[in-house]
Amino acid sequence: MAEETLLRTPLYQRHIEMGARMVGFGGWEMPVQYTGVLDEHHAVRGAAGLFDISHMGEVELRGPDALAYLQQLLTADIAAIAPGAANYALMCHEDGGVIDDTFVYNLGDHYLVVINAANIAKDVAWMHGRLAGYDAELRHTSADVAMLALQGPAAESILRRVAGSSPDLPFHGVTRDMLFGELPAVVARTGYTGEDGFELFVASGDALRLWDGLLAVGADAGLKPCGLGARDSLRFEPCLALYGHELDEQTNGYEARLGWVIKLAKPFIGRDALAAAKAAGVARKLVGFEMVGRGVARGEYAVQSVDGAPIGRVTSGMPAPSVGKNLGMAYVPLAYAADGCEFDVIVRDKPVRARVVKMPFYQPRYKK
Amino acid sequence: MAFMTPAELRYATSHEWARLDGDTATIGITDYAQDALGDVVYVELPDVGATFVAASVFGAVESVKAASDLYTPVGGEVVEVNGALFDTPELLNSDPYGTGWVVRVKLSGAMPELLDAAAYEALVEKVKH
Repeated sequence: MAEETLLRTPLYQRHIEMGARMVGFGGWEMPVQYTGVLDEHHAVRGAAGLFDISHMGEVELRGPDALAYLQQLLTADIAAIAPGAANYALMCHEDGGVIDDTFVYNLGDHYLVVINAANIAKDVAWMHGRLAGYDAELRHTSADVAMLALQGPAAESILRRVAGSSPDLPFHGVTRDMLFGELPAVVARTGYTGEDGFELFVASGDALRLWDGLLAVGADAGLKPCGLGARDSLRFEPCLALYGHELDEQTNGYEARLGWVIKLAKPFIGRDALAAAKAAGVARKLVGFEMVGRGVARGEYAVQSVDGAPIGRVTSGMPAPSVGKNLGMAYVPLAYAADGCEFDVIVRDKPVRARVVKMPFYQPRYKK
Repeated sequence: MAFMTPAELRYATSHEWARLDGDTATIGITDYAQDALGDVVYVELPDVGATFVAASVFGAVESVKAASDLYTPVGGEVVEVNGALFDTPELLNSDPYGTGWVVRVKLSGAMPELLDAAAYEALVEKVKH
């Protein structure tokens, strides 16, 4: 994609000024690192990191039928998300293939649905297409909203210095708050790192003041600006799915081990196909593995049985900084999915032995 | 950012350097290359005795984020590999022209035409933005 066509967040200029290395991601020009992926990764595990994730998409639903609309659109039980709470949910085709994975926040007077940057256009088109017959208003607000993630064990104490009640939110709680006494924000205790932390939604025009303010206030607690490189390694270790890697339109939620977010007891788009898939049992499954031989697995690498038959592909893989091993996730047939099963990952044309291990690789440290 | 480009070395457009000593060349990656890769956490090196033609892939370096092939600027036989990189791959970042050297190759023919430091610096100026 030509650079001219990449979208920029309200913080683009600040990222450049702060020396970030910029890359294209999902149609956006985003910081991949500031000081280095390892440094930023360890900052989030040990103290705190601040991420610009304004590339993520936001859609708001309001009106008498907003709940009924989201119930048929998404796999999770949206009625169980109380005002002030949030949950993960999949949006599926009729055949059960995943259009996107989303986070749904109940703000009391409306729902906020956060969607993946690369999927914004297709998601919004799909959501509009399923709206007929519902007395609900759908508003696509991505361009007006900036989203920052403040993540890590020091996130709560940093937020407490600039916020009202939001630092006391429970896990997956969401509320409105005033930050720095002047920036209206939606604050949620959610994230994508396996650590405690918050996601902050503010008007685009307030993004710079929030970014600069948090970095200044959090500096002595070890807060560092972080890029998408660390965001990926931090989500990989607790085995949080990344759309386009662990999830896509050819994958169903049971294969991805996301059955906990699929509520077959209610009607929704893709329910019948998913019920049939569950009854029949999946043929392949997402597994975690560690490299036994020398080599690093990467997304899209082929997976073979030890006698050379093609059996699957790697979805994500890397040297995991907080685990100290070369790890990966892959889709393989059930016969290869049990802990201790061995197969080969093809690294630069050579088979390298790998062994199935338990997921997650890193136990999340959410504050519950 | 200014990158180190020692004048006594010769450079490949694929961002490796070569230092000729008799009929043997020491090969490594450039300061620009190590910066572009980020934290190197893993290296894959050839066996001693392996032979390569110039400009072919002889190994790989991996950061958390990505894998990158290593190309040998010269053709010949690998006579030594820097085993220190297996345990401390970060030497590639901290000392790319010194203790972070990668392999020594006994040349099978004449030293190929490579860039001098000024030409390599001009190339880096063009590719970084």
